[in-house]
Amino acid sequence: MVVIASKSTQTRMLYWLLSLFLLVFVLSIVSLNVGASRMNLLHLFTQPDDRITQLLFVSRWPRTLALILAGASLAVAGLLLQMMARNRLVEPSMVGTVDAAALGVLLCTIIAPSMALWMKFSVVTVFAALGTVLFLAILKRIPLRSALIVPLVGLVLAGVMYAASSLLAHQFELTQALRSWNSGDFSAILRGRYELLWVAAGITVLAMLLADRFTVIGMGKDFATNVGVNYSALLTLGVLLVSMIVASVMVTAGALPFIGLIVPNLIRLITGDNVRRAIPLVALAGSALMLTADLLGRVLIHPYEIPSANILAIAGSVVFIVILLRGRRQWA
Amino acid sequence: MIETRGLSKKYQDRLVVDDVSVKISKGGLTSIIGPNGAGKSTLLSMISRLTSMSAGSAEIDGLDVTRTPGPELAKRLSILRQHNESTLRLTVRDLVAFGRFPHSAGRLTDQDQQHIDEAIHYLALDEYQHRHLDELSGGQRQRAYVAMVMCQDTDYVLLDEPLNNIDMHHAVGMMQLLRRAADEKGKTIVVVLHDINFASCYSDHIIAMCAGKLAYQGTSEQIIRSEVLSDIYQIPMQVHELAGQRICVYFR
Amino acid sequence: MGLNPRGKLLLSLTTLLALLSVLGFMTLNVQSEWTFIVQYRGSRLLGMLLVAVTMGLATVVFQTITHNRILTPSLMGFDVLYVLVHALALLLWGTEFGASWPLELRFVFEVAVMVAIALLLFRWLFSDSVRGLHMLILLGMVGGLLFHELADLSLRVFDPSEFSIAQGSRLANFNRINLQLLWVGLAGVVLCGAVLFRLRRQLNVLSLGRDVAINLGVPYSKTVTLLMLVICVLVSISTALVGPMLFFGLLAANLAYWLTGSHQHRWTLPASVLAGVVCLVGGQVLFEHLLNTSLPLAMVIELCGGVLFIALLLRGVKQ
Repeated sequence: MVVIASKSTQTRMLYWLLSLFLLVFVLSIVSLNVGASRMNLLHLFTQPDDRITQLLFVSRWPRTLALILAGASLAVAGLLLQMMARNRLVEPSMVGTVDAAALGVLLCTIIAPSMALWMKFSVVTVFAALGTVLFLAILKRIPLRSALIVPLVGLVLAGVMYAASSLLAHQFELTQALRSWNSGDFSAILRGRYELLWVAAGITVLAMLLADRFTVIGMGKDFATNVGVNYSALLTLGVLLVSMIVASVMVTAGALPFIGLIVPNLIRLITGDNVRRAIPLVALAGSALMLTADLLGRVLIHPYEIPSANILAIAGSVVFIVILLRGRRQWA
Repeated sequence: MIETRGLSKKYQDRLVVDDVSVKISKGGLTSIIGPNGAGKSTLLSMISRLTSMSAGSAEIDGLDVTRTPGPELAKRLSILRQHNESTLRLTVRDLVAFGRFPHSAGRLTDQDQQHIDEAIHYLALDEYQHRHLDELSGGQRQRAYVAMVMCQDTDYVLLDEPLNNIDMHHAVGMMQLLRRAADEKGKTIVVVLHDINFASCYSDHIIAMCAGKLAYQGTSEQIIRSEVLSDIYQIPMQVHELAGQRICVYFR
Repeated sequence: MGLNPRGKLLLSLTTLLALLSVLGFMTLNVQSEWTFIVQYRGSRLLGMLLVAVTMGLATVVFQTITHNRILTPSLMGFDVLYVLVHALALLLWGTEFGASWPLELRFVFEVAVMVAIALLLFRWLFSDSVRGLHMLILLGMVGGLLFHELADLSLRVFDPSEFSIAQGSRLANFNRINLQLLWVGLAGVVLCGAVLFRLRRQLNVLSLGRDVAINLGVPYSKTVTLLMLVICVLVSISTALVGPMLFFGLLAANLAYWLTGSHQHRWTLPASVLAGVVCLVGGQVLFEHLLNTSLPLAMVIELCGGVLFIALLLRGVKQ
């Protein structure tokens, strides 16, 4: 299903695509330069010194790459979730997906602390999927009198899962650990510790291929069936995609809130609800946002670091409140 | 008498009701008709103080609706809108009993029980009175709400599209009931109606609205005329006399 | 309109259980002097009773106004509001003028400010529409999140080397309550309860919806504002004294509906209080003396309330 856009729209998209790509590129260079130790990227060329090159390849480059991948995939996950919930005020950390994933990580740590990474990833994916399925199941059953009920139910659901995790963590004295998982950051990313994020990247690409179908999902079951799209199958696939993205980021870096909310809503101002046009921009903008948050975290109290999750949460909640208040008339 | 003076309602920059001044005299059945978006429901809703007014005033028997205390007004005027709570775990009887609230503030006397029995009987709900609202069909629920309004026993009864979602059989029954209430009990009934023929067959007076303004006002005979209706609804309408009723034909 | 036999039976049983819980709490496993016990356990008991009354009443009334059985007023962010007000009030108590105020007056002042702010927000957003309340809750939740994150951020910025993530999640604590304040709080709560009981018939009519309520002569705006005032006072007192409890009200209110099988407030209001007492006090007796676990009761109750919430949603909440 290919919709030919008008020439002007196409050029506008291209313009945005290029600008965002440039932004990500510039931010990556900056990210490679900034850190606890003084190191300039040019060193790589002037002095291919062992120690410094090692630093670059083992720590900064993987970190930057991880930021790009995580940002892009989480933003796209947010977009997919918004299509599935048919509401633009949701994202994985606000509907129970992330908190269910955290519960999964907690259980893995309690039951089998030395679990292989891939095993852990699979278990956490299952938990994240269950959390998302629960949310969607609830949505089907409540009378949606106002668009605000959806994020409300999601937030409360997330709160309940958090309560469950807290209780469990309290009993096994893992409260500190739980808190650190819930506050994701990239300071511990090293080569060999972030590869899972490529899975997330792959899923983002898959989502791009299925983009049009997800746009149709966003119009509702009846519309989708009429157009010949298998609603339930696609919904299940969507849940799986979102869960895998969330799980891979969770296991690698921890919970990173609000990216999936801020980015799709901003990009929506440019592309509307057309998923196919939006995804590339959403992915790039997500990477840019993630890089920015992490940079701020590294720079504000140099040489100490503020976890990116903290910065994202502040930015995200402000954006959310602004969206709520600006759209006041239409919710009422 | 219900009297409005320059009643207007503005939503942001849209004028939904534009400077409407009408007089509805006591007694009889008056219908408010007009195309979609004409402002009929909003007008009714302002008269019954459910919606605030942007300009103008409305009076019932000389009482200003915005200044008269709620309980006082509730004994003279009752309104039923289209969408009502359908999921309450209340029996029909319980719901109808609420109609006595303005009179007895929740403490039901024997006289109140009589009113309740009468209202239930009037709406032919006797066999359903102990069933819960969420167990009834849409039409039965509608009748339960109308019974509650009847039980409120006010001089003026305002109903906003009471025939929506009711089948033909019950719609006719409802209109006959409203007619009887006007004739036998001397109530002043004001209904917003979509179906022009129901308006034609049962009303004494008709108020026609168009794009927020008052277009026509008069007796049934004055309004149910080809030229008047065609102007209001913007399609050619023919009025025929059939079995003593004036029937409008506009289907082709 | 009384209760049906099932409702009567269940309500009586609940009352009995509540009384037994209170008795059990005060008398089981007494190992020290009576005067100490009365003071120590007594203050904890009063704290729990306070929470049971406030959350039970506030939630039932809130759910009537919002026509929704899955929302509770404690979601509106009162814990954050309390921290802010308390922090600002500390400035006042530091001055000469403020230092002369007795403890009780300070408490009343803090609660009054909390209520005033909450009401202002409510007036600003509530345009006679229930959606305004949804917005208020959402803002409260996200605002609360923002506040906590900003607090974290400022701690990290000002003292990065000392930053320990050991910030306790502020959940209700029945162990360290000032007994003086408890009496003041309880007095306020009883007052609110009396107001609610007087308005119980209007409450019944309100559950029919705005249009029908106005039709039947209830002064809707005034009544709802008054009820919101009462709700804010109740939840503020509870939060200020004991700490926040998010899902407990949900648990108590829904138990009340289930126990009484009725919508009438003259039954559901007391039933929610009694159910709350059984959960809190009875639960504490269960955990402390019968099961002998170290599980934090507040957390378990929150979880139960939360799980109930999900179950309700899945069953298909009708209102």
